[in-house]
Amino acid sequence: MAVLERVNPPVTTAARPRAAARRDRWLRRLPLLPALIYTIVVTQIPFLVTLWYSFQSYFWDTPGGAHWTGLSNYKTVFTNPNFRSALWRSVIMTVSAVIVAMLLGIAFAVLLDRKFFGRGVVRTLIITPFLIMPAAAALIWAGPMLDPNFGLLNYLLTPFGIHHEAWLSSHALGSVIVVMIWQWTPFMTLIVLAGLQSQPNDVLEAARVDGASALAIFRRITMPLLRPYIELGILLGSVYLVNVFDAVRLMTNGGPGTSTTNLPFYLYEEVNNAFDVGGAAAAGVVTVVITIIVATFALRMFARVFQFEGTS
Amino acid sequence: MRPSSVRLRMLGAVACAAALVVAAAACASSNSSGSATSSNSDSGTVTVAVVSNPLITGQMIPLTESVFEKQNPGIHVKFATYTEGDLRAAIQKDVSTHSNAFNVIMIGPYEAPLFAKDGWLTNLSTQYIAGDAGYDASDLLPPIAKSLSYQGDLYAVPFYGESSMMYYNKSLLAKAGITMPQHPTWTQIAGFAAKLNQPGKVAGICLRGLAGWGDNMASLDTVVNTFGGEWFNMNWAPQLTSPAFEKATNFYVNLVRADGEAGASADSFNQLLTLYGQGKCAMWYDSTVAATSIATTYPSVYAQTGYAFAPTDLTQSSGWLWSWSFGIPQGTANSGAAWKFVSWATSKQYDSLVASKYGWSAVPPGSRTSLYSNPDYQKAAAPFASITLASIDGTDPDHPTVSQVPYVGVQFVDIPQFENLGVEVGQQIAGAIAGTESVSQALRTSQGDASQYTPSELSG
Repeated sequence: MAVLERVNPPVTTAARPRAAARRDRWLRRLPLLPALIYTIVVTQIPFLVTLWYSFQSYFWDTPGGAHWTGLSNYKTVFTNPNFRSALWRSVIMTVSAVIVAMLLGIAFAVLLDRKFFGRGVVRTLIITPFLIMPAAAALIWAGPMLDPNFGLLNYLLTPFGIHHEAWLSSHALGSVIVVMIWQWTPFMTLIVLAGLQSQPNDVLEAARVDGASALAIFRRITMPLLRPYIELGILLGSVYLVNVFDAVRLMTNGGPGTSTTNLPFYLYEEVNNAFDVGGAAAAGVVTVVITIIVATFALRMFARVFQFEGTS
Repeated sequence: MRPSSVRLRMLGAVACAAALVVAAAACASSNSSGSATSSNSDSGTVTVAVVSNPLITGQMIPLTESVFEKQNPGIHVKFATYTEGDLRAAIQKDVSTHSNAFNVIMIGPYEAPLFAKDGWLTNLSTQYIAGDAGYDASDLLPPIAKSLSYQGDLYAVPFYGESSMMYYNKSLLAKAGITMPQHPTWTQIAGFAAKLNQPGKVAGICLRGLAGWGDNMASLDTVVNTFGGEWFNMNWAPQLTSPAFEKATNFYVNLVRADGEAGASADSFNQLLTLYGQGKCAMWYDSTVAATSIATTYPSVYAQTGYAFAPTDLTQSSGWLWSWSFGIPQGTANSGAAWKFVSWATSKQYDSLVASKYGWSAVPPGSRTSLYSNPDYQKAAAPFASITLASIDGTDPDHPTVSQVPYVGVQFVDIPQFENLGVEVGQQIAGAIAGTESVSQALRTSQGDASQYTPSELSG
């Protein structure tokens, strides 16, 4: 896949005259500058404003505007059990969705790697969930699929004695995770399939000639070759799923109670229900710090994936 | 470090600083242009934030386009439609930051006095009604008008008003051999619900469970009130774990879990209207305005529908009091045009307009006395007109429960903190209805949420 392209080391310019080198560097940076400025305007300035508000007491439902409160918003964030449980729920949702989606993805990819009649159609069908807008998918699941009175799932399960099950009440967290898995399995399938199809045929053939069983080939040759692809899938999946909002907002609205409130939804609620701009800003800053720590860790893994790819 | 790279970094820093200045200037200029257009102009664009209820999306919005804008060619009305919870958040944000994205906001008896006190709303009585002889504000139903006033002046005018009552399917009750009294008690209702419930086919009773102070808490609060519970005692100490509050909550949660609709924790007015309209509820406790929607949208169910007053326990009456009303934020642009729209949508003429297009039974109820003395309306809305009016007249927001309370409001507590507190408690109750936690656990958490405010903060 294109994402795994080899990265060439930059051409060294030390030998050339300094002015020319500088000009050269600028020429190379120039096309990047609009994007850089745009990124700063839309991400860094809002972050600085958030940082500023995180030290303010500012409630939209109280007249008088904002005033300085020092660290008290941060104290509230760290002592607030709701923040901790939202953080924990984010971890559960992301980890379970990514792992199950990856396992299913591997299974589908292995099946799709075989030649059979109608493979193109099947592959397109399997990819479809990933092409649907997350908001539309969440609404379809919440309404036509899982509705306790009119839902398709209950209709299909009626012969098995299950009817009028209110999935979004009784199994809210599970339902949301299932939808996340449903949307992200195709992505995992695609990545793993790319890995499977890049396997060198001669190696597989040699193994077969040597009398290796299909299971042994899969375990000893295919899996090690797939590792970087699986790691990449897990990394990208986690990056996207950790900030899932659409499914939570549209399927359960964080409830019942707070049983599906993850971190993004918690932040949203702090502003939109509690009108606590300062508290939400502080929680946002803490989230960013945690994300940076996790992202640094993940990026290091990313670098290893590239390295692996470069040396193989 | 080489000098060239230092210079480069400086250049970079300058570029960043320049970007900052540009962005700040952009903010500043948009602010100043916002205030510059502030005027009392009688024409221009009027942006209206509304709740997505059938009477609004099905009637008012199309009529505005086909009639109001034709009569007032200089005025263009834009609607921003929200669900109840989202509407509150959008409006609160808009008025408290004075961003004035809305020229007209749809609010109720909770917001009107609070916003007026904060200076966020235009005084409609002195600014417009006094000089608008045709408007006839004395015709507004007294309890509704009082709930929208602050220091004797109206700060919002009602589009429709409502209390709560019990709807029931006459044929289902007859089949079960049940006669519904005019003034049922909750004990009777629980007995009926158990008899009427046919799991998988018809719910014994449909009740709101969706988290929100205007959603599940509105229904539950009326039960709490009539069981003798209260949010705060006279010293502003939270009473959510008091025996009466707990008894009422247990009653409500057990009733909806045992004989209510499946998945109740996701249901509020719109969902229950659909369920009831499709004959999936034997009884339904909700807003009086639902009668209008049943009559216009579900004629076959309407023919089978009976009406009873909000069930009681210890109090004489227990219905809530609400109205979806229009206010004009202080300092908004085109306020003259905004009032033209507001006065049109809340006028007697609007009622006749709806009647000519959709029939008299479809007219927005509960806002004007004259509607209830109109013979055409009395005839068309005979089954529910008088009980709606009597329910609204029977409410007393100053004395919602058995004992004296320091707050105003039947199904809410008219303090700014309630916006957040009501939602937090609503979430806990929804959790209890869904079965993710017990009622006593939910109420303990709620009591903790309420205890984060000191009595002096609460009393304002």
